[in-house]
Amino acid sequence: MSDWETVIGLEVHVQLKTASKIFSGAATDYGSEPNTQACAVDIALPGVLPVMNQEAARMAVVFGLAIGAKINQRSIFARKNYFYPDLPKGYQISQYELPIVAQGQLEINVDGQLRSIGITRAHLEEDAGKSVHEGFQGATGIDLNRAGTPLLEIVSEPDLRTSAEAVAYLKKLHSLVRYLGICDGNMQEGSFRCDANISVKPRSSSTLGTRAEIKNINSFRFVERAITFEIERQIDLLEEGGSVIQETRLYDADRDETRSMRGKEEAHDYRYFPDPDLPPLLLSDQFLDQVAASLPELPEARCARFVSEYKLDPGEATKLVDDRAVADFFEATVKDSPKEAKRVANWINGEIAARLNRQNLTISDSPVTPDLLSKLIQRIADGTLSGNTAKEVFSALWEGERDVDQVIDDKGLKQITDSGAIESIVDEVLNGFVDQVEQYKSGNTKVFGFLVGQVMKRSQGKANPKQVNELLRNKLG
Amino acid sequence: MTISNASPVTLSTLSAALHNRELSSVELTTDYLNRIERHSDLNAFITVDPDSALKQAEEADRSIATGNPGPMTGIPIAHKDIFCTQGMATTCGSKMLEKYISPYDATVVERLKQAGAVTLGKTNMDEFAMGSSNENSFFGAVSNPWDKNRVPGGSSGGSAAAVAAGISPAATGTDTGGSIRQPASFCGLTGLKPTYGRVSRWGMIAFASSLDQAGPITRTAEDAAIMLGIMAGFDQRDSTSVERAVPDYRAALDDSLDGLTIGLPREYFDQGLDSEVGDAVERALHQLQSQGVRTVEIELPNSMLGIPCYYVIAPAEASSNLARFDGVRYGYRADNYQDLNELYCRSRTEGFGPEVRRRIMIGTYALSAGYYDAYYLKAQKLRRLIANDFEQAFAHCDLIVGPTAPTTAFRIGAKTHDPVSMYLNDIYTNAANLAGLPALSIPCGLDSQNLPIGLQLVGNYFDESRLLNVAHRFQIESDHHLQQPTKV
Repeated sequence: MSDWETVIGLEVHVQLKTASKIFSGAATDYGSEPNTQACAVDIALPGVLPVMNQEAARMAVVFGLAIGAKINQRSIFARKNYFYPDLPKGYQISQYELPIVAQGQLEINVDGQLRSIGITRAHLEEDAGKSVHEGFQGATGIDLNRAGTPLLEIVSEPDLRTSAEAVAYLKKLHSLVRYLGICDGNMQEGSFRCDANISVKPRSSSTLGTRAEIKNINSFRFVERAITFEIERQIDLLEEGGSVIQETRLYDADRDETRSMRGKEEAHDYRYFPDPDLPPLLLSDQFLDQVAASLPELPEARCARFVSEYKLDPGEATKLVDDRAVADFFEATVKDSPKEAKRVANWINGEIAARLNRQNLTISDSPVTPDLLSKLIQRIADGTLSGNTAKEVFSALWEGERDVDQVIDDKGLKQITDSGAIESIVDEVLNGFVDQVEQYKSGNTKVFGFLVGQVMKRSQGKANPKQVNELLRNKLG
Repeated sequence: MTISNASPVTLSTLSAALHNRELSSVELTTDYLNRIERHSDLNAFITVDPDSALKQAEEADRSIATGNPGPMTGIPIAHKDIFCTQGMATTCGSKMLEKYISPYDATVVERLKQAGAVTLGKTNMDEFAMGSSNENSFFGAVSNPWDKNRVPGGSSGGSAAAVAAGISPAATGTDTGGSIRQPASFCGLTGLKPTYGRVSRWGMIAFASSLDQAGPITRTAEDAAIMLGIMAGFDQRDSTSVERAVPDYRAALDDSLDGLTIGLPREYFDQGLDSEVGDAVERALHQLQSQGVRTVEIELPNSMLGIPCYYVIAPAEASSNLARFDGVRYGYRADNYQDLNELYCRSRTEGFGPEVRRRIMIGTYALSAGYYDAYYLKAQKLRRLIANDFEQAFAHCDLIVGPTAPTTAFRIGAKTHDPVSMYLNDIYTNAANLAGLPALSIPCGLDSQNLPIGLQLVGNYFDESRLLNVAHRFQIESDHHLQQPTKV
């Protein structure tokens, strides 16, 4: 065990999935032409004023309730003042002394070990715009489409000890906010971004070491690598007799290292003060009750229900509930045939997951809808399709076919269950492979499989394997 | 009907004349445009737009002809250049916005337009409303029509000078620490700062957001009632505007004053007050007493802390509000800069005048780490104490009366080198802003140099009706508001 203990706290910026911005009516869509989604308020024209988007407040409360946090029924917006070209007002409207969400926790599981990670606070704020450095002949372009997009900044306690815990915490948070329907979780588009505060201290010491903050890490893999690098850097420094300085660092994924962005002396004095344009955000008991009643079933509870209600393995159930849309897909599929739940889970976690993964799609893009999958599984259950022919039908559905029975007919995949028809094929095979029949009768039972295979081949795979087995066994005596 | 210089023109007389077709809005507007031209030496306007004004006047005449006029249809007015006007320059008295044209109208502008008012142009003002003399304008000082060597007061100095000179029948203003009332006092007019939240701030360029309020500058209390009735009301674009019905301010104008109690704050009649101003206020109080009001002495023990409190909070908010003027998206940008920091520094140093820069620095200091508690937070506590003083005082009286400003209009240049003595002009006015209370200034006499003296009435929250009622009854029985400068 190392002599050093690492202390990690994470600040996660979650972009809330509201239709319009937090303080204006402009749309929040990603990827529009630069500056086409920035209204007078977003570009901070003279005389404009912010008006709070109640939906953003609702989403913050949804999150707070989901992590068992204290909801401040009176929270205050404050101005964080600094100059930057993509910050049109010269201040960011955020929450400082009284955030909307305080004191919650998130349980994480690392290698089977459960740990509860404290969440200090979650506050509402607006995003800034973007500076664009390419394509302006050395000048910088400003795109204010993102300015004013609602963010929930979730600040953890310094409870995390390893990069693996940090990643587990982030993944749990990422799954939760998507579950709650408050964030699309798209990390490439910046909907879920992370800053990490990292320090190390001698294991015996009770005082925290000096921390460095790594800004804007946008993938789980980079979080793991950035933290791992930073821990090693700090330990090396300390072991060589140096000291860590308080600073902001940037993770460079290409070089897999963190490097200094600005030191403490260059740190901004943000001159926070309550925003006089916005009255305190007040949340009534009735509003909180309404939000609580509208909360979706959370992943843990849903997983437990899948195990008890559908008799799934905990492993299967966990896979399904990891993404709310997948769990919804599962429930939509088993709605009419709950007895087939295990089969449905296998298809979703197996065939569908593999194909989605291969084509980089999400469950909502699946061409095989819950209705189609349900129909397909019915046809397996009623014996019309075998495992192999079902896969063929599934492929056709994936390619765009929309009628399971039509596909079965068109491809002639209907399983032969007519015992007369199967019997005549069996007879043909027994007459055609006299040697093998003799071998079987003299005790070489291995040859039985060969004979089954021949029957299946002649039936083009459509004969019901169970019936084939029975008939062959009877006839061979 | 012709507009004579003999007696002051009011909105109600103009409205009647327009409705009775004694004159058209085009005639009236043309006449005022000519007057503005003749009195350009006052420098009351930053922008005049005759084409737009005449077009609006023609439209007003059509709406009068079709029998569907609004309460101000066809009446020309002027807007302080702090209100955003679509398609017409909005400078805020600053080089920073010298060429800025807003893509939208302020709510106040929109409401007055909807009521049929014709916009003559935009009036001069202290840069970003920071000043008490209108000498801090990038577009030059404004002369007081009563004595052209004197200031009209500020920051709504252009609006007050325009109405006093008869080159606009009425005008809008804004008041953060006295910027409507003090110019009204210096120019012999009625000026009303409503309760905070009564009038929308949307489109009104922010100086100090928690103190700013728009209001009318008019000849009479009745005109103020007409204008306020149009300007006031909830606006969902301003989260600090209050959702509360707007009363018919004209309906209560003639109410009897019998049984009303006026509180006289001991602190407002101390040695700092000019004796001629004090005497005029005393005479006004006697008149009000003869009209049925009772007076009681009250205490506002923290009122003299208003100036230091105000000069921390207002600059603090301003330092943040004015950060958007960075030369990046609109407004003035310096010609030469090597990097981003220089772009900011030069644009803001060159684009803002000295008083604006001073207040940005004071405010930045007051909010900075290590000083926040000692200045900003302390000032907020004082603000609460000042509001509490008023709350207690209103338990004993219906309104509070005193002088608007400690002196009458001073000479241009007299205080420009002494910011603190300039700041003391607000000593009686800024407490109403700190507490958010409505307050009004009306003329109550002339001093020995023939300069107007203002009487201030402060009401309880949303009690504008009472203020206008008392002011109107006072004006019915006196002629101070009818006095006009002889030199124009």
